[in-house]
Amino acid sequence: MVPLSYYLALGGILFACGVTGFLIKRNIITIFMSIELMLNGVNLSFVAFAAQWHALSGQVFVFFVMVVAAAEAAVGLAIIIAVYRTRETLNVDRVNLLKL
Amino acid sequence: MMLHLIIFSVFGIICVAGAINLLVQRHPISSALSLVVVMGSLAVEFLLLGAEFVAAVQVIVYAGAVMVLFVFVIMLLNAGEEERTAGSRVALLFGIPGMLMGSLLMAWVLLERSGTRSVAVGALPGPPKTIGWLLFHDYLLPFEVTSILVLIAIMGAVVLASPHESTQQTRREG
Repeated sequence: MVPLSYYLALGGILFACGVTGFLIKRNIITIFMSIELMLNGVNLSFVAFAAQWHALSGQVFVFFVMVVAAAEAAVGLAIIIAVYRTRETLNVDRVNLLKL
Repeated sequence: MMLHLIIFSVFGIICVAGAINLLVQRHPISSALSLVVVMGSLAVEFLLLGAEFVAAVQVIVYAGAVMVLFVFVIMLLNAGEEERTAGSRVALLFGIPGMLMGSLLMAWVLLERSGTRSVAVGALPGPPKTIGWLLFHDYLLPFEVTSILVLIAIMGAVVLASPHESTQQTRREG
């Protein structure tokens, strides 16, 4: 028997790693991967709470989160390609002007 | 029951190690591969909780489709090692103490409430049949709305990633 708090702690650690990566990384693709890491941590908490309260809707919501994350990844990577095409850099510090 | 804790700890440690490796690595490909490790071990944690369908979707959609998309884009853009530039001072001054405070608060709450409940192996089985029934009965409207969202996302991705029309025209003229 594993206490529920262990699962929540694991989810929290993953979320914190995602936030840290979002703040310290400079490569736009790695920043995007940090967002995926945060979503994974949240998904773990969803499933843990679903098991705690015997409510399957938690697992259904994880499915929805995954669908939204997939859509977000498709659009975000398209935006990254568009940014790279105009700026020729992936460093977020060099993408600091709205006009070219 | 001891085995449950051992499996949980082993895959939890692999998970956290992958997440930290994502932060430490400087090449995007290494970060992407460590994210695959995180997602694979999270699928095992989902299986321990009994969420079979979610674990399968985690491997197929996340570790499969989304990460392949990431690796494709990294290789397409020929992304090299990231260059280090100085971060903002405000993040150092407020971000790190704030994050420490937040994680300490969370650890305190979790330790204070731990041991009240524990989760058995496969506590809540979520086989595809039951999840599918829920999706197409109770959550039919959200399901249809997400299908529209995915359609919009596909069209947006195609429009954003395709070369700009004006540049194409100038290329054809010139």
